[in-house]
Amino acid sequence: MNAPLQPAAQWERKSDNAARIVGTRARRIEDPALLRGAGRYLDDLSLEGVLYAAFLRSPHAHARFSHIDTAAALALPGVVAVYTAKTILPALSRLRMPLGFPTTQFDNACTPWVLCPQEVCFAGEAVALVLAHSRHLAEDALALIEVDWDPLPAIADCRDGLKPGAPKVRSETAENALTRFRVGYGDCDTALASAPHRFSLSLSQHRGAAHPMEGRGAMARWDDTEQRLNMWSSTQMSHELYYMLSDMLGLPESQVRVIAPDVGGGFGSKFLVYPEEIAVAAAARLCRRPVKWVEDRQEHFLAGIQERDQYFELEVATDKEGHVLAIRGTLVHDQGAYTPQGVNCPYNCATSVTGPYLIPAYEMQVIVAQTNKVPVIPVRGAGYPEAAFVSERIMDRIAAELGLDRAEVRRRNLVPAHKMPYEKPLKNRAGVGIVLDSGDYPACQVDVLTAIDYAGFPARQAAALAEGRYIGLGMAHGVKGTGRGPFESGTVRITPSGQITVSTGALAMGQGIKTALAQVCAEQLGVAIDQIQVIAGDTAAVSLGIGGAASRQMVTAGSSVHFAALEVRNKAIKMAAAMLEAAEADLELAEGRVRVTGTDRGVTLSDIAKRLRGVAGYALPEGMDVGLEASINWRTDQMPYANGFHACEVEVDPGTGGVKILRYVALQDSGKLVNPTLVEGQLHGGIVHGIGNALFEFMAFDDQAQPLTTTLADYLLPGAGEMPNIEILFRESPSPYNPLGVKGVGEGGTVPVAPAIASAVENALQPFGVCITAAPITPPALLRQILAAQMTAQPA
Amino acid sequence: MSAATRSVQFTVNGQLRSVQVEPRLNLADCLRHSLGCTGTHVGCEHGVCGACTVLVDGRSARACLMLATQAEGCTIETVEGLATSAEELSVLQQSFWDLHGLQCGFCTPGVLMSLTELLRSNAAPSEAQVRDVLSGHLCRCTGYQNIVAAALEAARRMRGETPRQAGMAVSA
Repeated sequence: MNAPLQPAAQWERKSDNAARIVGTRARRIEDPALLRGAGRYLDDLSLEGVLYAAFLRSPHAHARFSHIDTAAALALPGVVAVYTAKTILPALSRLRMPLGFPTTQFDNACTPWVLCPQEVCFAGEAVALVLAHSRHLAEDALALIEVDWDPLPAIADCRDGLKPGAPKVRSETAENALTRFRVGYGDCDTALASAPHRFSLSLSQHRGAAHPMEGRGAMARWDDTEQRLNMWSSTQMSHELYYMLSDMLGLPESQVRVIAPDVGGGFGSKFLVYPEEIAVAAAARLCRRPVKWVEDRQEHFLAGIQERDQYFELEVATDKEGHVLAIRGTLVHDQGAYTPQGVNCPYNCATSVTGPYLIPAYEMQVIVAQTNKVPVIPVRGAGYPEAAFVSERIMDRIAAELGLDRAEVRRRNLVPAHKMPYEKPLKNRAGVGIVLDSGDYPACQVDVLTAIDYAGFPARQAAALAEGRYIGLGMAHGVKGTGRGPFESGTVRITPSGQITVSTGALAMGQGIKTALAQVCAEQLGVAIDQIQVIAGDTAAVSLGIGGAASRQMVTAGSSVHFAALEVRNKAIKMAAAMLEAAEADLELAEGRVRVTGTDRGVTLSDIAKRLRGVAGYALPEGMDVGLEASINWRTDQMPYANGFHACEVEVDPGTGGVKILRYVALQDSGKLVNPTLVEGQLHGGIVHGIGNALFEFMAFDDQAQPLTTTLADYLLPGAGEMPNIEILFRESPSPYNPLGVKGVGEGGTVPVAPAIASAVENALQPFGVCITAAPITPPALLRQILAAQMTAQPA
Repeated sequence: MSAATRSVQFTVNGQLRSVQVEPRLNLADCLRHSLGCTGTHVGCEHGVCGACTVLVDGRSARACLMLATQAEGCTIETVEGLATSAEELSVLQQSFWDLHGLQCGFCTPGVLMSLTELLRSNAAPSEAQVRDVLSGHLCRCTGYQNIVAAALEAARRMRGETPRQAGMAVSA
């Protein structure tokens, strides 16, 4: 089923359920177990005879080795096995991981190793795996393994690696740039040559790591009786793991099952099949014992993916009124040592810099530069926050250059409501044109600026300054492509006992997607949501799936579940009509029964399911399909664009460089809201993640690419003491691309935050002439700028 | 298990438990893996994230920074002991459910324990006091806002100022 562009009203949305469930603030079906401590996360599962795994990781960012001596480790009582690249290979079809998202064509020599055979390329890369009777013993044994490390020069700054004569990140590569590509349209050269105003900017950003509170972990059991590999993993993509296990272990898919238990957050870090997961499964096969690996926080810092540095050099041309005529620039993206799944991050960023704006000419030259650091894949936002930082810093700069109001510059450049849907001359990864499908961006700006009393701010700022306080107001737009296709699976099944299940390849990792899908299903079936069991991330429950990323699941899984529930509903009514000898038009479905409208005469869904399961030798009514169930893989490539506008007030202490957020107002338009409470929760978390990116989170490395921030005491996640209460406003512009009219929300909150705070800090420090060009805006960096500005202002 | 184990006895949620442990085993691992109380979670193992917080003799403690042997004779309370019954959640748990105070739920048990301690000693905490307690916990999902709201709502319910349950729509 494809996704044509059509008004939402034309989608089949039949429901005679008087009390609508979609759109209500239903409490989550996930919560009672989690609140009682009865959740089942990966490390809560245990198997008889399980062995505990620990990985020996490189202490060097770049080194060669030829020999690993495991004898002393193996001699330690309680140690069962030690595997290296050489000894784990018999369980694998090859030692190197396949490229995830293989539609992006690269030389396959860019992916990580299951266990590194001879040249480690980042600190934390795994070279050996110990299995022991306890995790303590496994970790003890790591200290007894000897490796003849021969350190090599390392690249820490992605720009350094591009210089002539720079050491290679990996000896096998021809150059440190993985790839270069261009994104753009229009005639930038002419626009820049003839524009009345032209200026340049250098911007840089760092986004940090994902840091779900539950780290990564996996448990594998080779079951000789079933001849099957059962794998439990704290993953955002159980089906991808299932395909990859089949491929890497040379097992047909029927001999592999992957289950994601309760997942304690992901934020991008688990939307990847890691070498460790394959190694754990291979080890379980080799030793014929269950194997469990649960990373500690330091391992997450060392070997969990991160999103790191991007450096921009930009030229901007405008007319006299501040309309952008052209943006042209270069982007250097730090990819880390390997490329597990293509260049989605820099691609998303480069195609999103024009954001919510009308930009007549645009060109970005992108260099994906490798470094001796842990690989990069998307963290919540996936390139869009970086793009918003660029576009919004440009808008503020235009205002400053031309002496215009910041809100007015944005208003003049925004795509107006009457141009929706607005197709950009750019394509998304699926090769489909980027279309801003619905929304009223200028109105969003008005709503928020009214709520935060933008008009009254100059007076507040002047009053504060008179008291010696530096307050500032900042603002930023952000758009986010959501609902990334091509599909997510949805099966709705009513069993003869009356159990209602929704099975999906979508992954639940805290968003409340089980509740939201139950709401979509309940809307059609006329039952309470707590009567629906949602099975997410079990490959035995549904044959196909993609998983949780890219703010995609409400759109994709939601639409599949919607159509599947509708089909089950229609089937139930058709069968009930036969059972009750009534016309379908006279029937209604409510409270788990189909009944003749206005009477007590009816049949339960369980009764209908009992008939539809079929009884040997007895005919079903003409035209009835067997089984009260339906499976839909609703197809889509066109991404609904959610948008947000944020404004905040901050106070900066010029003596310390500390930034305090006084007020934060955010408007989100994610189309129709299935559950406003859950959407608010996603926005709170997404915005606070963005505040972390804006002010706190920095993954530091020394000049030899040795990680310096490897505890949560050094790497600052946002804490309750520093976070404001965020005021959320909604607009609901339905997406025309799906039957529910929804757009994704998981990442939308994060996108505009760093530029909104940068805008506010710069505004607060106007008396010093400080210009914010980088995030995070840490106190030391800010203090340096304040002091530099003071020195310039008062020469000695 | 090596010969160097110690026997330790303490009370967990009202039940006396005896267990043989290695001296290096921390209380979080002991609760989770020796006693099967997996509701207490481990997020950083270096005392920052607060996921493993339990109450030891009524005081909140990082179970990852305490050895199991140090719990000898202590009264330990964990998340599994909070609910009033199999049917009924505690007022604090119920407020978390009603106000969407949790998302992935991994940090939640530790947060509930710290807030339980707070609400026992302070029936009417201010938002600042709640945030001060929460500064010992990291949550990546919620931005803390609904956790704060749920804690303040629980205090109001315990004082009888609002109904015990919000009675929000769960069903059709």
